[in-house]
Amino acid sequence: MPAGIIFAVVVFALVFEMVRRRRLGERYAILWLAAALALVVLASWGGLLASISHAVGIKTPSNAFFVIAFTFLLLLVLHFSSVASRLADETRVLAQRLALLEQRLRAQEPVNGSEDEDEDLITVAASSRSSRTASRRPRG
Amino acid sequence: MDFRPDSFLAIVPAYNEAGSVAGVVESLRVEAPEFDVVVIDDGSTDDTAARAAAAGAAVIRLPFNLGIGGAVQAGFLYAQAHGYDYAAQVDGDGQHEPAELASLVEAMRADPSIDVVCGSRFVAPGGGYRAPLSRRTGIQLFALALSAISRQRVTDPTSGFRLYNRRAIRLFAGDYPHDYPEVEAVLLLHAHRLRMIEVPVEMHHRNSGRSSITKSRSLYYMVKVSLALLVGLLRRRVVVERADPVPVTAPRRGVG
Repeated sequence: MPAGIIFAVVVFALVFEMVRRRRLGERYAILWLAAALALVVLASWGGLLASISHAVGIKTPSNAFFVIAFTFLLLLVLHFSSVASRLADETRVLAQRLALLEQRLRAQEPVNGSEDEDEDLITVAASSRSSRTASRRPRG
Repeated sequence: MDFRPDSFLAIVPAYNEAGSVAGVVESLRVEAPEFDVVVIDDGSTDDTAARAAAAGAAVIRLPFNLGIGGAVQAGFLYAQAHGYDYAAQVDGDGQHEPAELASLVEAMRADPSIDVVCGSRFVAPGGGYRAPLSRRTGIQLFALALSAISRQRVTDPTSGFRLYNRRAIRLFAGDYPHDYPEVEAVLLLHAHRLRMIEVPVEMHHRNSGRSSITKSRSLYYMVKVSLALLVGLLRRRVVVERADPVPVTAPRRGVG
């Protein structure tokens, strides 16, 4: 059992550290910390899993654990799929609005080499994004 | 009373169509001079945008590839923002014949209750369009399903060659299907009690570029569109009035 406890504590510490470095939003951190905490409890209190599995009628305690863990992960992945769908939708709306705004800008200022101008906008956005991720790394 | 003449917009979605987009824009200016032209460059990596602009079209450059649905929707947003009375989709690959727009406009004007006129390859018996049997079968299946659902004759639900009035532009600027939008859009029209009719048109084979529906993707196409139809049917729609807006996943508030 100590191996299980060590593993659970490592997971807990990892999640905590990721939140500290702003690699993980608090919203998901709470979820993962709760999961890590549950691992710690189950690992240190050996009798708990056995009594849970007995209560729900599963003969092997590890199977009970697998059922619980699998269900948790399944729901989590489903949730992420829904988040990804929403983000894709929001990104599409942003792309359309950006493109319309750029077109309007170009129509208003036909000179000043407008063809390159929006290239610049995109390059600036891309470089600012990469510089932000880069600035994050040294901090961690 | 304001006797401003109707304004028309041709929405030309183009993804890596540098070889044909200028031809489409020029032929629109010659064959359908009442139409303004906006080319939606859907994140092309070639010089589609430059060729379209050189040919005299307004060009909207999407920062990355959104797919045909997102591109055409950008066109609807443009039409709405600029207050066009009618908008037509004319593909940038030269598949649609700009000269045929006149018959779409004529059908639209003949009956004010019509919101969308769709150019169909199959409404006239023995039309010249030759597609692989598998594709025709797929189109036929969706045509049957949509005809049954909307209780109207729909023969070519995959045709993108359509003319939209203000009501339809407003609907689709707010909510337009993403991946393969044409079939689902027919269902959306029905759910919002907009009327669509078909007129016979001829379509060309593509001048250049490749269809977005390759062989390997056609299965995905069938499954995705079928699912979209099924879910669309079961979706609760609170439509009080014709073309009332519906909640979408990412709601928009006006267009800037």
